[in-house]
Amino acid sequence: MSSLRTKVASIEIENPTILASGIMGETGASLLRMAKAGAGALVTKSIGLEPRKGYDNPTLVDCDWGYINAMGLPNPGINAFSEEMRIALEGGKPIIGSIFAASPSEFSELAVRMEEYGAAAVELNLSCPHASGYGMEVGIDPVAVRRILESVKGEVKIPVFAKLTPNTHYLVEVGKAVQEGGGDAVVAINTIKAMQICVETRKPVLSHRSGGLSGPALRAVGVRCVYELYSELEIPVIGVGGIEDWRSAVEYIMAGASAVQIGSAIGRVGLDVFKEITDGISSFMSREGFNNVIEMVGIAHE
Amino acid sequence: MSSPHIVEIEEVVKEGEGLTTLRFSYGKDVSPGQFMMVWIPGIDEIPMSVCYIYGKKGITVKGVGEATRYLSSLRVGDKIGVRGPYGNGYKVPHGKVLIVGGGTGMASLMPIADLIGDPGKVDILIGARTASELLFVERARKVSQEVHLSTDDGTLGMKGTVVDMARKHLALKSYEGVLGCGPEKMLVALLRTCEEYKVKCQLSLERYMKCGSGLCGSCAIDGFRVCADGPVFDGETLKRLPEFGAYKRDECGLRVKL
Repeated sequence: MSSLRTKVASIEIENPTILASGIMGETGASLLRMAKAGAGALVTKSIGLEPRKGYDNPTLVDCDWGYINAMGLPNPGINAFSEEMRIALEGGKPIIGSIFAASPSEFSELAVRMEEYGAAAVELNLSCPHASGYGMEVGIDPVAVRRILESVKGEVKIPVFAKLTPNTHYLVEVGKAVQEGGGDAVVAINTIKAMQICVETRKPVLSHRSGGLSGPALRAVGVRCVYELYSELEIPVIGVGGIEDWRSAVEYIMAGASAVQIGSAIGRVGLDVFKEITDGISSFMSREGFNNVIEMVGIAHE
Repeated sequence: MSSPHIVEIEEVVKEGEGLTTLRFSYGKDVSPGQFMMVWIPGIDEIPMSVCYIYGKKGITVKGVGEATRYLSSLRVGDKIGVRGPYGNGYKVPHGKVLIVGGGTGMASLMPIADLIGDPGKVDILIGARTASELLFVERARKVSQEVHLSTDDGTLGMKGTVVDMARKHLALKSYEGVLGCGPEKMLVALLRTCEEYKVKCQLSLERYMKCGSGLCGSCAIDGFRVCADGPVFDGETLKRLPEFGAYKRDECGLRVKL
């Protein structure tokens, strides 16, 4: 019997599928439902210090090949999120607290709160492509990234992950900055900055004009990023971007991902996607003679 | 295919006080109870029940906010964007059906009455605050032999709530299922009444929505996505949801008492 168990930093996960941030992660009950659907671990919606409404609708463009979204980091704020975490933890699966902030000290403050709430790890959102002053605006500068990591690592004992943006040619440098700052894993990739224009109305569809592209359309970019990061870093890589079946999950794992995150597929495929992927990986491993998921991690580099 | 799809308004019908139906051509199949995301360029995008699913599609708007007031002011030839349809609608019960619509809730319910298509098989109860806000009365009479009205102020039909009226019908007749849509307080009362009379029900909910397509979770009620798992839920599911009738979430995801 092949084992789907995997490990990222010190976190043991029963299977390598993790709910990605921004999808069904704003309420405790939503996270519980995704846990029941089969995710091995779950990343919360990115939480900031204060409640935030996000952008006006339209916040999503729904296409055959993926989505473009500019939600604008809506979230209830770290204080109200305490109750949601309490509920989410009832599922018994590791909850990874995603946080966004504008400065190292704010990141640290949020990370400490997430640790208090019982998060198994924190994921620093250094990559949202559509929020002024946050996300990729701080996440493309290796010096700033290292400072944030050092600050957060000085304050919490739980592992610290950093979610990276592909919207830079400094991807590997940013990854190294995470490692040098003491980061325990990198998560790659967040969405690619994108836009859709409606030709009839002659306007960008999203209220924020540009947003982030997700879904199968960016999968090949994600696989390449994970491959490069795995080559250059010692710390583990978590793969994310357009995974919606076992084959794309295994592709990321072979590129070097210790685990994969699932996001857009929740909308495109449905809640069964976790189970479909884990069952598919199991069958593949049996066919190909792998006993453990970990044996496949980075195998494309050999 | 990418969204949203731009459609031209082909017909505007003033249904009553502040109620406007917009008709347009949109090629996708819609099931009764599903909704579309309607884009008003430069203003907003909002979920709207589809009130006509055969031939020209339609939505009925009550002008209460910026987006709905703008939609109410549209004329033939104006354009809006639509995407969808999204969500799970009503399932047709086998036997006799009682439809209970409060206010604009009738917009969600009329297509299932059209689909049933047997005037002897469906009774329709339409309620509103006042006579001028009763929606689709004539349309309902074409597909049902038993259409009854109620108004909170007694200006037309029975004085009282549509749930009071539903209770009378459930006491006198036997129904295979109740289908309801309206304000959540009304739905809570309707669910309780259906449980009392041991009749299965399907109720359509409303929540603040962003993506409309099952992703973001902003419309979540106890982990269920109103946009993708709903908007129509069966009574068995709803009675197990502590958030139903208690509170909703605002744009930030904070709890707001209903």
